Amino acid sequence: MATLPATGETRSATQRAFRLPPSAAAGTLVALAAVALLSATTGAAGLAFGDVLAALVDRLPLVDVDSPLSARQEGILFQIRLPRLVLGMLVGGSLAMAGAAYQGVFRNPLADPYLLGVSAGAGFGAVLALGFGLDVGWGPFDALPAAAFLGALVAVTASAAIARGAWRSPATLLLGGIAMAAFFSAAQTYAIGQLSETRTREVLSWLFGQLSTSGWRQVWILLPYVVICGMIVLLHRRHLDVLRVGDDEARSLGLNPGRARLVVIASASLLTAAAVSVSGLIAFVGLVVPHIVRLLVSHSYRVIVPLSALGGAAFLALVDTGARTLTAPAELPVGVITAFVGAPFFALALWRNARQVAT
Amino acid sequence: MTTAPAPRSAAPALPVPAALSCHDVHVAFDETEALRGVDLHLAAGEWLGLIGPNGAGKSTLLRAIAGLVAHEGTVALDCGRRPSGVDVALVPQIPILPEGMTVAEYALLGRSPHLGWLAVESRRDRRIVSEVLERLELRDFADRPVTHLSGGETQRVVLARALTQQAPILLLDEPTSALDLGHRDAVLELIDTLRRSDGISVIAAMHDLGTAARFADRLALIDRGRIVADGPPRSVLAPGRLSDVYATPLSVHTVEGEIVVLPAPRARKDHQP
Repeated sequence: MATLPATGETRSATQRAFRLPPSAAAGTLVALAAVALLSATTGAAGLAFGDVLAALVDRLPLVDVDSPLSARQEGILFQIRLPRLVLGMLVGGSLAMAGAAYQGVFRNPLADPYLLGVSAGAGFGAVLALGFGLDVGWGPFDALPAAAFLGALVAVTASAAIARGAWRSPATLLLGGIAMAAFFSAAQTYAIGQLSETRTREVLSWLFGQLSTSGWRQVWILLPYVVICGMIVLLHRRHLDVLRVGDDEARSLGLNPGRARLVVIASASLLTAAAVSVSGLIAFVGLVVPHIVRLLVSHSYRVIVPLSALGGAAFLALVDTGARTLTAPAELPVGVITAFVGAPFFALALWRNARQVAT
Repeated sequence: MTTAPAPRSAAPALPVPAALSCHDVHVAFDETEALRGVDLHLAAGEWLGLIGPNGAGKSTLLRAIAGLVAHEGTVALDCGRRPSGVDVALVPQIPILPEGMTVAEYALLGRSPHLGWLAVESRRDRRIVSEVLERLELRDFADRPVTHLSGGETQRVVLARALTQQAPILLLDEPTSALDLGHRDAVLELIDTLRRSDGISVIAAMHDLGTAARFADRLALIDRGRIVADGPPRSVLAPGRLSDVYATPLSVHTVEGEIVVLPAPRARKDHQP
């Protein structure tokens, strides 16, 4: 083989173009850690920054530092704040990743589990399970996420079917999603109407989207779904980039678009369903977070998927910290705040998208 | 850029020249038959030009070879295998350029056929992309969005994606229809240079008959889903046959050794004084 000219410079330029930019990855991780510490230390019972760190380090295996926290403070930290923090991170990461995945498979930057009606479908399934006493479990697997998953799958399939050719116009898919969300909300309202009063209150408070009822139990319910489905979506991030050139060209590049879409939609829907079943309906996380990644870092799903997972975790943990402290001692449903942030953001994204299509 | 860059070196893994043959290929869309029994052989290292009027089936034939449309009959490599993305690289007529995707990311998509379902591109794949970008003088474009390029640059970027596929057979569907004369020839010269240096075979569907004749070793004329003439450009481009197929009077001339196809002089309706 003839000698190549010195291409070290080019190499690094092109290599840079494919990699998850280390600065962005590091920045997101630092933000996540900062949010975690902020969340662990703020609240009605003030826990000092250093004390929390020491208490956490003390829990590590083989490390023995005397925790400066009292038993009551330890209880607050480990039984109330940490499970809620971890749950918020898992839910936020799941929703953001599901959003990125839907955006990829539908070739639609405005897709989001909430806007596609997937959350509503999952919510309906979950209400049925909760309200009619299907609240049973088999080992680590609960009936609740399963029912939510069925609802989510029905909703996403129907949305995509309503908008045949959804990958051509972003609007039709969203309209299909609106139809589905309206249908499932109505079905849900009807189902709730059939419940007893105590059940109703329970279901409604859950529906608003909140992380306040959480203990470690919900974390354990959610974790297997997040790990498995998250891994599957992550492993398909390359295919999401291939899908961007259209089904035909994707096929000529050796990808089976139908199979890729099926696997990713199923995983994203299961992620959404699992998140919805522990936290209720939390809107717009799946839209806002991947969009910020696109704006700041890259349009490639190789980057969007992992950074959305981390960014979504940080975003929801931060919002939830706000939800429980802004109006203390009262508490805002976290879904209310994400909607407050997300709706104007969605309007902006819609406007930008319309302008791009127009030009 | 108007000159074709000379290839600086061989690609890291030279594709083995492979020939391909189609036998009795039929493609039907609903009721209409787009291809009605096509037999075609492509020799290793050959440039085969597909010509024919609009809707004759040129694109459909390329898509059938690439496995993008369901077809009857056989499309096989000489080794007997059905070609896949590792064997044929298709440059579509109107490629979809994703918003915000960079040139390097776009070229990297060409590695997809070589990767397993859950595999991620390796250092080697990225190196191949770097080398292809270098060869096509696209190194300065690596970080640019594919949507922000000129027509000639876009064509080179799409070609870069096809080359990273390292397929021994390149299928070009009207590769230069969006380009002006100078850029058209530059792109075709570039493809020809790559073909000679890498031993790639090319099937190119082209509208411009003179250009097709200039670059192709052989021409195949398609009319209503059938190949009606196949052979050296000079024999395929017979004025009578062309006038028949294109349903308009055409004349064939030789100017400075090159074949030129011209429409027959037409009676002007309004003569300038």
